[in-house]
Amino acid sequence: MVEDRDSLNRRLKAARDRQGLDKPQAGQGGLPTSAWGFGLRAGVEVFSALVVGVGIGFALDRWLGTWPWLFLLFFVMGAAAGVLNIYRLFTPRDGARKD
Amino acid sequence: MAVEGKAIDALGQFELHSALGAVGKSVGFTQSNLYMLISAGLIIAMMVWGMRARAVVPGRMQSLAESAYSFIDDMVLAQIGQEGKRFFPFVFTLFMFILFGNMLGLFPYAFTYTSHITMTFTMALIVFLLITTVAIVLHGKKFLGYFLPEGAPMWLAPLIIPVEIVSYLSRPISLSVRLFANMMAGHVMLKVFATFVVMVGALGTVGPFVAVLPLAINVALIGFEILVAFLQAYVFAILTCIYLHDAVHLH
Repeated sequence: MVEDRDSLNRRLKAARDRQGLDKPQAGQGGLPTSAWGFGLRAGVEVFSALVVGVGIGFALDRWLGTWPWLFLLFFVMGAAAGVLNIYRLFTPRDGARKD
Repeated sequence: MAVEGKAIDALGQFELHSALGAVGKSVGFTQSNLYMLISAGLIIAMMVWGMRARAVVPGRMQSLAESAYSFIDDMVLAQIGQEGKRFFPFVFTLFMFILFGNMLGLFPYAFTYTSHITMTFTMALIVFLLITTVAIVLHGKKFLGYFLPEGAPMWLAPLIIPVEIVSYLSRPISLSVRLFANMMAGHVMLKVFATFVVMVGALGTVGPFVAVLPLAINVALIGFEILVAFLQAYVFAILTCIYLHDAVHLH
């Protein structure tokens, strides 16, 4: 009985594969990949990296009394981190599926 | 309420008031907290009541509960892997709480607790503390290697490490800002167009006919907002999974 069902499943899968009914798993379970989705995500990523950079720079400056140099430095760091975030957004992630 | 004089008051809906009468007032219990409790109660009711039958062929409520379970279960397995099983309760709770918060907020007179940055940032902070703790517990000192990718030249380290740290710290902010901004923007738009309906509708004979236009926009917006409500809960959950994957595997 169980073997019957297995063989049915196998033949069903082969038939579905032939017809291309089973979408490849890669895109599934990932983040939405529409143009709008990417655009909004990219904006938020840059914004948040800048917020963190400016925040760290501001705090360090207040602590060390070096206004505005660390602020300027970390503003650039934040911008770089924002670009890095966007780069990560576009590089395909190696999911857990391989291992 | 929306139209005060001639101004559009689109942000008044986000004000916190104390709920549950005098008792709520004395302990600072707001309508935001009330809706958190309501959604928690609804989630528990859905899971407990839905699974009570334990039928092989599920009924309506049971298939709702089961599909919610397997949706997150698939996501956790696909994104984190087999080790991710132990994070399932966390991700499931997070997803359902945000989803119910977003969806409940679409009902008239309801309050959307996910439209407050304090609320979303607290949740993002919990996620951030969890991923950091998991990474440190599992990898110890090797966690610091996360901030200097393998193969990077040493002379670039002073540049790469601060940038990586800023990028890492930006995670809770991007996580919280995305959810909060989406929910707030949607509700502001709904309110603005709803106010247009009232304002234009009061303009003499042709008013009611012209008011159909903003009304039609609002109908479309509600459908869009339902999509956004689900999508943002999904994005929050899946990003939590991706961060957990990074914490567990550390590249």
